[in-house]
Amino acid sequence: MALTREQLAQRVAQEFQDGYYVNLGIGIPTLSANYIPKDMQVMLQSENGLLGMGQFPLEEEVDADLINAGKQTVTMVTGASIFNSAESFGMIRGGHVDLTVLGAFEVDCQGSIASYMIPGKLIKGMGGAMDLVAGADNIIVTMTHASKTGQSKLLSECTLPLTGKGCIKRVLTDLALMDIEGGKFILRERAPGVSTEEIANLTEGELVIPDNVPEMAV
Amino acid sequence: MAGFDKVISSYEEALDGLEDNMTVIAGGFGLCGIPENLIKEIKRKGTKGLTIASNNAGVDGKGLGLLLEDQQIKKMIASYVGENALFMEQLLSGKLEVELTPQGTLAEKMRAGGAGIPAFFTATGYGTPVGEGKEVREFDGRHYILEEALKGDFSIAKAWKADRFGNLMFRKTARNFNPMAITAGKIAVVEVEEIVEVGMLDPDEIHLPGIYVNRLIQGTFAKDIEQRTVRASA
Repeated sequence: MALTREQLAQRVAQEFQDGYYVNLGIGIPTLSANYIPKDMQVMLQSENGLLGMGQFPLEEEVDADLINAGKQTVTMVTGASIFNSAESFGMIRGGHVDLTVLGAFEVDCQGSIASYMIPGKLIKGMGGAMDLVAGADNIIVTMTHASKTGQSKLLSECTLPLTGKGCIKRVLTDLALMDIEGGKFILRERAPGVSTEEIANLTEGELVIPDNVPEMAV
Repeated sequence: MAGFDKVISSYEEALDGLEDNMTVIAGGFGLCGIPENLIKEIKRKGTKGLTIASNNAGVDGKGLGLLLEDQQIKKMIASYVGENALFMEQLLSGKLEVELTPQGTLAEKMRAGGAGIPAFFTATGYGTPVGEGKEVREFDGRHYILEEALKGDFSIAKAWKADRFGNLMFRKTARNFNPMAITAGKIAVVEVEEIVEVGMLDPDEIHLPGIYVNRLIQGTFAKDIEQRTVRASA
């Protein structure tokens, strides 16, 4: 079975390590904050200028001056810090953020990612995504493996305008966890009950299937 | 105005000299920390043909969204312009031009503009539409594109607290682009919630020194929330 949004978030959280500074994109990445193990300290970076983002506020705690990158009201954890946008992207561009998790429309086996624009349809802008993919070393892209009409989103070459070129090394979809190495997708884990054939059929870019591909622990 | 005293008393005076076709750099992220009264004053003045650099373009009827209503903006330099139907309509009908700029690059362009750095190299945008036509250099085996600094005829920004010399403190994530926006304008206009006497702010706790500020005005703020998200009490 394909992973649910909650299971995807759960699998993302398995990449967290104690003491990590993490930037989570909007959607499934943000959900993964709910699965940080209790015995682990992870500090969330919000690119609008907050390190140490907490949960959503109680009604009486709502503060218009305290939002996250998705413009939602949030709180701060103990030990949080505030800074301006140039400083925020300095820490992103300077490689100080340990892990970045973000969504995408397409990823290709050269490690390129398209996530911000569908020409003629959707013009919203890249926000901080281009800086995040260019600045971070450890990035996980989360998305569905195929579109609603069954078109692969794991391509030999992205068709949409790129957010970043050759910068993605790990992709988690609802069917599989893959690394990108030497111009190929390498299948590392599969969703419980999903066969390697099923994954191969929905992967347009070149896919390497090792002898042993374990099921994800979610 | 005497000496270093930057305080002025009217919004009209705050934007004196702002003319059609000028470039304005604005602080704020979404509706958080936006110079909401200065934006309203631009609307009242009716200045047209403006190029505005700001992370976002407001939402319908709020923030910079107000300046779309009478088509006062010619060009928008921003990283994210969703959540604004009027913006999309003007963009698709060719009444408005947009230069989508990655968020970190936009912040750095403002910072560079204010710090006398004409351009800088960044990996952000290399190999994407943002990098098209820009100079590429390789450093340590990685590709970088040349991005030019951004400067404005005016900058409009919002801070929390100031002393009369324009030394500023910001509050929580309302800081965002405001400090860089202020430094990048020839005439920097800042509106704040509170102005205190000189000497009442601890020099160690000033986020932006008054040297960057030309005009300072105290206002009252609606502080609209774009996505009010709360959790239920346990």
